[in-house]
Amino acid sequence: MNKQISRLAVVALILLAALVVATTYWQAWAASGLEARQDNSIQRVAQFQIRRGLIYASDGKTVFAANTAKKEGGQTLYFRRYPTHGLASQTIGYSTQGRSRAGLERSENAYLTASNANLGTIFDKITEKVKGTTVKGNNLVLNLKVGAQKLAESALRGKCGAAVVLNPQTGAVYVMASSPGYDPNKIESAKGYASILHSPGACKGSASALYNRATQGLYPPGSTFKTVTAAAGLDANVYTLNSQFNDPGYCTEYGQKISNALNPEGSAEAYGNVNLLQAYQHSINAVFCNIGQKLGAKRIVDKMKDFGFYSKPPIELPSDQVSASGEYDSAKGEFFTDAGRMDPGRLAFGQDKLDVTPLQMALVAAAVANKGTIMVPHLVKKVTRPNGGTVVKFGPHVWKHAMKPQTAADLNQMMQAVVTGGTGTAAQIPGIKVAGKTGTAETGVNKVYDAWFIFFAPADNPQVAGAVVVEDAPDGFGGSVSAPIAKQLMQAILPGTPKK
Amino acid sequence: MAGLLTAVGVTEIYRLGPSDAFKQGLWIVIGVGLFALALFYLRRDYRRLENYKYLFGIAAIALLFLPRLPGFGETVNGARLWVHVGPIEFQPGEFSKIFLIVFLAAYLREKREVLAQGRLKDLGPLLVIWGGCMLVLVSSNDLGSALLYYGIFLSMLYVATARLSYVLVGIALFVLGGVGAYEKIAHVRERVTIWLHPWTTTKIYCPSTGTMALRQDCQSYQLVKSLYSIANGGFGGAGLGKGTFTTTSGTPLIPYINSDFIYSALAQELGLIGAAALLLVFMLFVLRGMKIALQADDGFSKLLAAGLTFGFAVQTFIIVGGVLRIIPLTGITLPFVSYGGSSVVANFLLLAGLLLVSHRANELR
Repeated sequence: MNKQISRLAVVALILLAALVVATTYWQAWAASGLEARQDNSIQRVAQFQIRRGLIYASDGKTVFAANTAKKEGGQTLYFRRYPTHGLASQTIGYSTQGRSRAGLERSENAYLTASNANLGTIFDKITEKVKGTTVKGNNLVLNLKVGAQKLAESALRGKCGAAVVLNPQTGAVYVMASSPGYDPNKIESAKGYASILHSPGACKGSASALYNRATQGLYPPGSTFKTVTAAAGLDANVYTLNSQFNDPGYCTEYGQKISNALNPEGSAEAYGNVNLLQAYQHSINAVFCNIGQKLGAKRIVDKMKDFGFYSKPPIELPSDQVSASGEYDSAKGEFFTDAGRMDPGRLAFGQDKLDVTPLQMALVAAAVANKGTIMVPHLVKKVTRPNGGTVVKFGPHVWKHAMKPQTAADLNQMMQAVVTGGTGTAAQIPGIKVAGKTGTAETGVNKVYDAWFIFFAPADNPQVAGAVVVEDAPDGFGGSVSAPIAKQLMQAILPGTPKK
Repeated sequence: MAGLLTAVGVTEIYRLGPSDAFKQGLWIVIGVGLFALALFYLRRDYRRLENYKYLFGIAAIALLFLPRLPGFGETVNGARLWVHVGPIEFQPGEFSKIFLIVFLAAYLREKREVLAQGRLKDLGPLLVIWGGCMLVLVSSNDLGSALLYYGIFLSMLYVATARLSYVLVGIALFVLGGVGAYEKIAHVRERVTIWLHPWTTTKIYCPSTGTMALRQDCQSYQLVKSLYSIANGGFGGAGLGKGTFTTTSGTPLIPYINSDFIYSALAQELGLIGAAALLLVFMLFVLRGMKIALQADDGFSKLLAAGLTFGFAVQTFIIVGGVLRIIPLTGITLPFVSYGGSSVVANFLLLAGLLLVSHRANELR
């Protein structure tokens, strides 16, 4: 019988050895495949075992996103808490159980959970794992300035609109506000989420407060776009500041008259003989209409591409929360560059089918301010270790060369003229040279406009540049609605300016 | 070794639910008590059990029938395996396994020569007892145990007769029976489908909720969640007490994590190193048991030791293999490790049997 027993023993051992092999298969070979599966609830839980990094404002003190620890099933889980209750809500985003993530919480998740491939972080994480302590994510320090951010949000409160302010020389984003905002602490609950999705006061594009109007909102830029048109003309040496025009109060497009903006008496204003600077200063549509016809849509579109239109600005937000800008075919839902489908006259003064984001227009102002060079916009200043060391710092990087330095210098002069004696006088700050351009874009509804203001200051050494847009302002002009907001923002950020 | 396995089990059960661990501790005490009792009563010569072989055979079937009796039985997970007697509830199947092995050992010892010659007539009582067991098991949907009993039966028959043809015929019959069961029994079909295709990409009808769902969210969610648990262990494991077994709101991810699925809990917390070490202990136990069978000097002892040991190995293979998706998953306990009073007590009795055989073999030397 012993022979049979030995054989039986071998069979039994083979069966058990098969278990070792199968365990190896699942734990070593198939493990990564299983980890990546959508329904892997362990991985879903594992995200909450990591203590996510904090998100700080530029002062390094104000915390946008913190953690609450909770004991559950013998483990400590960390859930997000947003102490500022919605300051820069769309930009910071959220990290929740039920609704995943948005904003920087999504795009910077690798840093926040210390899962990025940075040597120092990997080392820290392994030691933490071996020691059995909680994995701690890296902290983000943003460029956002709390004071100015709050100011922008309170100025936009009750309206739909957005404001972006950045440093034209470094690309550091100081303010990114989108109204209506929301309290990310309420995202998790079904009721809170519903109220965020259908925020009161219907806004264009999306009624949702989750929508980041600063980077996703598409608006006709109106007269602020004349900056791009003028850059195209000046760069190509077709015009100079002193090029002379005659303004009869309208221009003729395809045999039809397009009138200038109405003056207070209700008739179209006519300025007669003006030069380019004056035409820009007073935002004369008829002159720019003729410029557009002479330049042709193609040359304007090419210049737009130099400014970064038709591509998404490389900001740190998730790419589906940033939109490109340009001529937009709303029926097809796509941007197009075919000049043959454009109306060059209307394009030149910022109407036609143009749809642009506030961020893109802020970068147009920044290009003029920074001698024609657009820096990569940075929300994140640096990433720090939980114990204080710095993981990585984000310095200035060039994104686009939008125009020649001389063109930028001419436009700088033109934009200053707008504030000193043109349509943007509401943005004047005593003791500081402010440059700007108003925009009052038709919305299709009579006497209801999207009010724009793009700006930078101080004009001789620009420290801030930006764009403010307020949607559907009844009787609201860029100069009267948005320029005063821009003025407050500049005052809040520029040192040594009298603050209200 | 049994002590080590039991300790690992009770530790993991404590980690998964402290109150269960206390109950398990109580069962271990009872198990050890019965173990000592068995050793004491049978210390002189356990072979007198041989005389009661038919009693054991009938008792095995009777135990299996108990849950079917109204007033006693209780259905859990679509299988009727539990018996309630007052406050005590237990799974008689665990004990019936041991009784059956005793019966088979005794009967086969007596008839091995004639059986080896191929006299089918002598297979009669054997087939009756065994067939009864299988009938009960299949009809009560306890497929894991059916497979276990079949494995024990074939292996002991082989040891007794040295005829491989019995095994081959047995396997052929099993395959036939398996196909038949697959065709006829929906429960079997479902198990096999889950085993072959645990994940679906399109939603299918989910009978338990009556809605459309992915299979990994419905029928196969236990297996799938358990595989995730094992995979999460990786090489080194999450660390004892650091595994993830609940959602962020505290609901358990895997049901029966401390009994049928205790291996996936251990694999997650101890990793490949720990799981392999645990399996190694099982292997050592099997080696030790088989060695006892080799050293024993009479047929009954050899058959008893080999049967008990092989049963132990097959039971381990069926549940861990099911959890690891080697074979279709059927719910039985992992010897010594899993939570469950009957299982613990029965396994200590199994251990007592092996020790008695070993003791006698040593004494005679």
